[in-house]
Amino acid sequence: MFSFGDIMSEAFVLILNWDRNLSEIVALSLRVTLSAVFLSCLIGLPLGALVGAFRFPGRGILTVLLNALMGLPPVVVGLFVYLMLSASGPLGPLQLLYTPLAMIIAQTILVTPIVAALTKQVVEDLHGEYAEQFASMGLRAYDRIAALLWDARYSLMTVALAGFGRAVAEVGAVLIVGGNINHVTRVMTTTIALETSKGNLELALALGVLLLSIAVIVNAVVMALRASAVRAAYA
Amino acid sequence: MRDTVMDMIPAQVATSAALLEARNLSFEAGGKRLIDGVSLTIREGSRTLIMGANGAGKSLILRLLHGLLPPSAGQVLWRGATPDHTARRAQSMVFQRPVMLRRSVLANLNFALSMHGIRGAQRATEAGRALDMAGLTDLARHPARVLSGGEQQRLALARALIGQPHLLFLDEPTSSLDPASTQMIESLIDAAHARGVTIVMVTHDMGQARRMGDEVIFLHAGQVAETGPIDQVLSHSRSEAARAWTEGRLYTNSTL
Repeated sequence: MFSFGDIMSEAFVLILNWDRNLSEIVALSLRVTLSAVFLSCLIGLPLGALVGAFRFPGRGILTVLLNALMGLPPVVVGLFVYLMLSASGPLGPLQLLYTPLAMIIAQTILVTPIVAALTKQVVEDLHGEYAEQFASMGLRAYDRIAALLWDARYSLMTVALAGFGRAVAEVGAVLIVGGNINHVTRVMTTTIALETSKGNLELALALGVLLLSIAVIVNAVVMALRASAVRAAYA
Repeated sequence: MRDTVMDMIPAQVATSAALLEARNLSFEAGGKRLIDGVSLTIREGSRTLIMGANGAGKSLILRLLHGLLPPSAGQVLWRGATPDHTARRAQSMVFQRPVMLRRSVLANLNFALSMHGIRGAQRATEAGRALDMAGLTDLARHPARVLSGGEQQRLALARALIGQPHLLFLDEPTSSLDPASTQMIESLIDAAHARGVTIVMVTHDMGQARRMGDEVIFLHAGQVAETGPIDQVLSHSRSEAARAWTEGRLYTNSTL
């Protein structure tokens, strides 16, 4: 029989006695998550802006698809990436399965629709305001998208945060394609799952507290940046 | 039979070349014909005012002429040919409610200059000149969206003129401004006209029309009711629609 208080205090002791293993897990989690969010923004921001600012055949279907993909089940994405990267899959020769890169790919697939769908909404609203001015200035599509993304940058910080939240908390897909290999692909969420199943609740809880703290700190920093930038620009 | 501007414009203007022409222009939306067979000519260097009651189609015709809306029928010609990319670059427009990018005053001007391919030191010089012209030098670093209505409209006008357009469309640019701001906007427009910019402006203000216009296109229910020199249309209107409007009477006839 264990008491919640005892486990909690042992978890904090583990955090205070910060060891190399913990650093490794936290660092890999951040590396995988931030890389996936970066790649998702690279794809999702222009894609969302394109769908938000322009009318073209298939736009409605693409919008529905992006919205639907926001709720992609992580295990399904994990399975899909696993099949693609496994030895018999089309990308098998690249030997990426059970590497951090495979985890980044899986998370990018999960986060990109979130970034694209939310960007579409933000840009669509802004474009409603700018459309005639841009048309009057004879702007090319590329210039329009660049200007819209720049002017919506403060709102898009929140979009990136939503992507970060999804990626940092994700466990199913990274477990399937990463394999939770110690010192190779072990991240905070997969370690929490593993240690809980082993009954090592102190370490699981310690990582849970760390994960939550990281999420809160990142959100607080980005929101503070956003608020000060918005105040400065009155945007 | 309807007049065309060509029939009515003063002799010295009539000699200048046609810059923009609308031929039998129509526009429909929601099953309603909002612009109905409008033909007109804008001559190089002229100051043409588009006037008429609310809902007559003034802003709509401006957008059709500028190419912001595709006509349902008819065509717009730029120097006698179908407008292309260079025609768009030679025109600019100031809207009734100025559209300010979420940037500083200077960045709004820099953006317009960049879109005209002007960068580096030349961009800084041109932006400085535009700020000075609009009386906004002290506000260069301020966010454009917190400027007063008059300042925003001056910035919009400076931004519209930054690419040295041949033709400037103005959609009621002073409708919500105080007399001082209105005067400043009018002098900026006058200065642009003096530099050779052709002006096409929508206005409700008869005083402004007399100060700023050479000729008037008077619209009623999406059709040209009357065209001619400013004094003739405003003081000796031949159409019932224009006469009713100048006398402040409501004219509800949907036909001319």
